[in-house]
Amino acid sequence: MDTVLAGLINGNAYALVALGLSLVIGVTGIINFAQGSLFAVGAMVGWFVTTSLGLPLWLAAVAAMVVTALLGWVINRVAVKPFAGKAPIASVLATIAIMIILDATAELIFGPEIRPMASGLPTASFQLLGLRINAIDMVILCTSVVLMAGLASFLRWTRFGRAIRATSQDREAAAQMGVPINRVQSGAFMIASALGGLAGVLVAAYFTTISPTQGFTVGLAGLAAATLGGLGSLLGAVIGGLLLGVVEALGVATFGDSARQVITFGVLLGCLWLRPHGLLGSRSVKREPLTGTFFSAARKITIPPWAVAALVVAGALPIIPGLFSGYVVGVGVQIITFALAALSMTILGGQAGQLSLGQAGAVALGAYALAIMTKSAGVPFLVALLLAGIFGAVVMTVLATPSWRLSGHYPAIATLATGALIAAVAQVWDPVTGGGAGISLIPLPSVFGVQLDSNTMLYALGFVLLLTVCWLVRRWSNSHLGLYWRAIREDETAARSAGVPTPQYKSLAFGLSGFIAGIAGGFWAGQYGYINATIFNPLMSFQIVIIAVLGGMLSPFGAILGSIVMVGGLELFRFSSSGRLLVYGVVLLLLIHFRPQGLWTDTGTWSRLKQRFTRRSTAEAVSTHEHEGALA
Amino acid sequence: MSTVLEVVGLTKRFGSLTAVDDSTFTIEEGEVVGVIGPNGSGKSTTINLISGELAPHAGRVILDGADITGASPDAVAIAGARRTFQNGRVFGNATVQDNLLVGQASLVRAVHPLSGLRRFPVLRWVSLVAEVGLALLPSRARREEAAQMDERVTAQLERFGDRLVPRRLHNAATLSYANRRRTEIARALSSSPRLLLLDEPTAGMNTSETAEVMEQLLVLKSQRQTMLLVEHKLDLVMTVSDRVVVMDSGRIIAEGTPAEVQRDPRVIEAYLGTRRATRLREGVDIEQLTEGDPLGVDYAI
Ligand SMILES: Nc1ncnc2c1ncn2[C@@H]1O[C@H](COP(=O)(O)OP(=O)(O)O)[C@@H](O)[C@H]1O
Ligand SMILES: [Mg+2]
Repeated sequence: MDTVLAGLINGNAYALVALGLSLVIGVTGIINFAQGSLFAVGAMVGWFVTTSLGLPLWLAAVAAMVVTALLGWVINRVAVKPFAGKAPIASVLATIAIMIILDATAELIFGPEIRPMASGLPTASFQLLGLRINAIDMVILCTSVVLMAGLASFLRWTRFGRAIRATSQDREAAAQMGVPINRVQSGAFMIASALGGLAGVLVAAYFTTISPTQGFTVGLAGLAAATLGGLGSLLGAVIGGLLLGVVEALGVATFGDSARQVITFGVLLGCLWLRPHGLLGSRSVKREPLTGTFFSAARKITIPPWAVAALVVAGALPIIPGLFSGYVVGVGVQIITFALAALSMTILGGQAGQLSLGQAGAVALGAYALAIMTKSAGVPFLVALLLAGIFGAVVMTVLATPSWRLSGHYPAIATLATGALIAAVAQVWDPVTGGGAGISLIPLPSVFGVQLDSNTMLYALGFVLLLTVCWLVRRWSNSHLGLYWRAIREDETAARSAGVPTPQYKSLAFGLSGFIAGIAGGFWAGQYGYINATIFNPLMSFQIVIIAVLGGMLSPFGAILGSIVMVGGLELFRFSSSGRLLVYGVVLLLLIHFRPQGLWTDTGTWSRLKQRFTRRSTAEAVSTHEHEGALA
Repeated sequence: MSTVLEVVGLTKRFGSLTAVDDSTFTIEEGEVVGVIGPNGSGKSTTINLISGELAPHAGRVILDGADITGASPDAVAIAGARRTFQNGRVFGNATVQDNLLVGQASLVRAVHPLSGLRRFPVLRWVSLVAEVGLALLPSRARREEAAQMDERVTAQLERFGDRLVPRRLHNAATLSYANRRRTEIARALSSSPRLLLLDEPTAGMNTSETAEVMEQLLVLKSQRQTMLLVEHKLDLVMTVSDRVVVMDSGRIIAEGTPAEVQRDPRVIEAYLGTRRATRLREGVDIEQLTEGDPLGVDYAI
């Protein structure tokens, strides 16, 4: 019973976060990934007010709600409103950017360590029906019940509440009836954010500790709860949150704390497979293209063969021993690793138009497969690398298959859950993956009997891999596969009606991207010699997406360019890890605002430039000709 | 003459609304059947049910003797029925040529090794993996097939003459609205389908563009292309169709040759309302009745 009570307390927090998510989804149709970060901000404001200033808890709660409500207003302004009428994926990526920015900023300000929090509440407890109940338990449960009842009556009986509900039901109709949609939207965002902030204070008071990184975990749990309850359903969010909390608590009591993540993401994925509309959500999920126009609003840049040759030669320079310092070559190896991972998005996102927020899962599969094969079974490196890729391809395809019937936001959530679940399983599956300790002393790659024990040699291996994968991506993109993928990207319904069996070709895109990501993971494990599960958390998936979006997904070179800028550039400035994350977040936000097609794509400037150069000669010829005509 | 399409008792409900109610009709080979009816009468839903976009609650769809009820859209397309969409759906960031190449997806053979395995759930992966591997290698058979497909693209584009031929390598998104719709029709035709399903092919077109599409439909008809033509513009339907099916609130209320249908009081009632239908029966001139009526403009008798 104590376990269930603890589960309810946690579930309460999930419910509050999920409520915020569902409220926003109802009104805007957008998943606000920053909701968990607001939770963390709330906790930190609570810590500041109670512990640093020594003020009472209720004041902390009010302060946290005010701060997070303001942040909610800002999020709507920066990440949602500007993209109204555009593909919803733009806003989703923008809220992911905000999430990364908020989390990284919090870590920069507060430092990564866990802090004790003095809630100022009496620690007295009493017995009730055989349960030991603390004062804080009562505070949390009462606050939540009062709050949820308050929210329900607010939505039912106030003018503004009714406006929110009308907007959720049918945005266009509400607008025609004179509901001020924009004000409703920012209002909903502020309420949702304040809920998240309040949850942060309450949970911090309960556990009497805060950590700036907890927002991310809680945010994903809240998303799982909201999906379980049915996206957009407020009652569902509460039920989903409590249910998830209790299931988690029971699981943790049985299997230990490390099982928490497996349960969260297992529940989320299972729910998406079996009952995507959740317990209470409405069944009719509107079809909306998730990527399509957003990713492809540009033309591919094609460069002449001599330029490709020049790039290859330039890329091969670090192989010459002594030309660059070992450090620089080491950075080059990192760039190649991330470029390989981002190349998996070139097929999946750039060609097939599918967004994956779980590529780190495929990278992890490849890394673990290679580590285990080379270390325990003595499989030669190149064979193991190929098998690692195939392993990534098979698992990702199998895990993606049940999600084919999903539409709207659900496929993106499913990929996120898949990736996170793989990392969570790696974290707990001690006998195979080494659990939290990971796998160390992975043998250095050796190719045809040569052990690659210097950065230069690893770079050479990576460079050859990179060229090979670029060639594969190019061949596939230029074949009929690319033609069908692009048709799916542009309009899946029309592609299917034209006779393309879209589920099969989407599966192929997922499989091939899993293959490439698996190879990236294998290379990672080989060159690094050590892996553990926390490396492959969802933040890595976001990083891969950001690198791919930055470079542009229409041609393989985009992935390399993105990796050079993000991995190489950040290394150059020697940022701290949270500083790097902050840059990733800011870059993503700026990209979505100003250049969603990425750097290495043609939005007109390139073709104008090219035309100017090629037309120069003809134009001159024409003008001299006219001149002659005038003379004659 | 053989029956190309047979629809029996087709029914589709959206919640409490019955969008298509016990609909039964056939299309013979080389025949053009027009479907008319007020907005929301279930015309597009009928096409969606035939093309596999929606699954019916009851009824059968039989194409060339094969039952395709509830089959997926790609299976229906491969079986030989191709459609266009009411709002026009082209692949915007692909060239006109690529649009037409995708339309021939069901015709390619050389790129699908072991295609016999495609029908089986897990074994299909053997074929798909082989396809991915083969795509990396150059192949003579594929080159030859590509050349044939190219010819088919040329043939279909020429149907639309100057409108599409010079724009073959333009992105479809850069075309005018009418040209995008032409591209869509060309895409549907590029696989030489047994049955062409057209959902309001002239929606949003002006009079001269409509007339041009009508010419092209008449050419298609003379080439004995079997068609189901959903249209709002009555003069177009009446000119092109051999037979006309009239729908209202999901039901088929009349069926017959254009001349028969035009005289049917139920049709006139559905289109013009009860009051005017009564006056028409009383002998009032139809021209007078339909004056100033947006529907009446097209209601050519
Ligand atoms: N996917 C759908 N969900 C719910 N209702 C639909 C859907 N598609 C069509 N309808 C409804 O079915 C009826 C028939 O629609 P439709 O076949 O598009 O009419 P038409 O093409 O004759 O104008 C309309 O009332 C429409 O609102
Ligand atoms: Mg219609």
